[in-house]
Amino acid sequence: MIDFILQPWPWYVAGPIIGLTIPLLLLLGNKSFGISNSLRHACAAVIPGKIPFFHYDWKKEQWIFFFAAGIIIGAYVSVNFLSSGANVDLNPQTIADLKALGVSSFDGLLPADIFNFSNLLGLKGLFFIVIGGFLVGFGTRYAGGCTSGHAIMGISNLQWPSLIATISFMVGGFFMTHLLFPYIFKLF
Amino acid sequence: MQHSKTTIEETANWEKEHIRGNKLPHEFSNYENFMANLKYIIGGLLFGTVLIKSEVISWFRIQEMFRFQSFHMYGVIGSAIVTGIISIFILKKFKIKTFNGTDISIRPKEFSKGQIIGGFIFGLGWALTGACPGPIYAQIGAGFLTTSVTLLSALSGVWVYGRFRSKLPH
Repeated sequence: MIDFILQPWPWYVAGPIIGLTIPLLLLLGNKSFGISNSLRHACAAVIPGKIPFFHYDWKKEQWIFFFAAGIIIGAYVSVNFLSSGANVDLNPQTIADLKALGVSSFDGLLPADIFNFSNLLGLKGLFFIVIGGFLVGFGTRYAGGCTSGHAIMGISNLQWPSLIATISFMVGGFFMTHLLFPYIFKLF
Repeated sequence: MQHSKTTIEETANWEKEHIRGNKLPHEFSNYENFMANLKYIIGGLLFGTVLIKSEVISWFRIQEMFRFQSFHMYGVIGSAIVTGIISIFILKKFKIKTFNGTDISIRPKEFSKGQIIGGFIFGLGWALTGACPGPIYAQIGAGFLTTSVTLLSALSGVWVYGRFRSKLPH
């Protein structure tokens, strides 16, 4: 059992647990799963300015901040106490493709040659952290949800707009990976 | 001051009626105080743990997915959806109530062009950062502190969307 917990969990264990978050939140307090909303509520709470989109009763939605805090704590505990520390068992082809682009570090969960503080002020940080983060925030809010709110919660509730959103997420990801990455990586 | 406040609220109501999408999911629910909200940490703990243990927050795993080189991410998302569909079906079929005894209701998603355009934009960012909003929190908790900048950038993206929303196609 301990061995199993320390190993990475296969998809058929992880997926159903993520799926069970939906009934858990509904039963705990009729809450719809959807994490990108936390970003909107944070804007509404801290920097609403004179923007109508951020003027509403965000305190009714504040449960999501507790949920987000739980994610941070859960991730901290899992990485530090529930992991064997092995590298991600990637498809060798993915490693070859990424090496060809210029990624050299394959330790841990994120490539250290992209996600480090010394890159933050350079072009790598600008693209993968600053612009990337901006597109995640702007895009999810424009789409009205993210992978949790649309792909998982929305499709589970048989909402066709969520299916369209999910297809668009994937198309955007394919476009970036296959068409734009070769140009972006040439910049470094 | 009083005047401008009314204007913002009026505009907010006008936008709610005239711009499609982005209805608040819990607008009609009741307030819950700090203690009542603490219970949602449990859900977050579970979710954060599984995001790490299944390596869903890994930039590499997201690349594998977008390159069709692993079934892992498709399996995670697909089986999560199947579990979700069955769960919601059961909750609706037996009219199950929350632990507090109130009704369960899920606000339907409203179609807007944003799901196509915004969805595509989010996809670009997903491939760059290797994260959707949930995994950003998990990446921070996992000790990748640069991703706190990802979070700040995402917040600025949301803010900019809110600022220019009325000029975007919906």
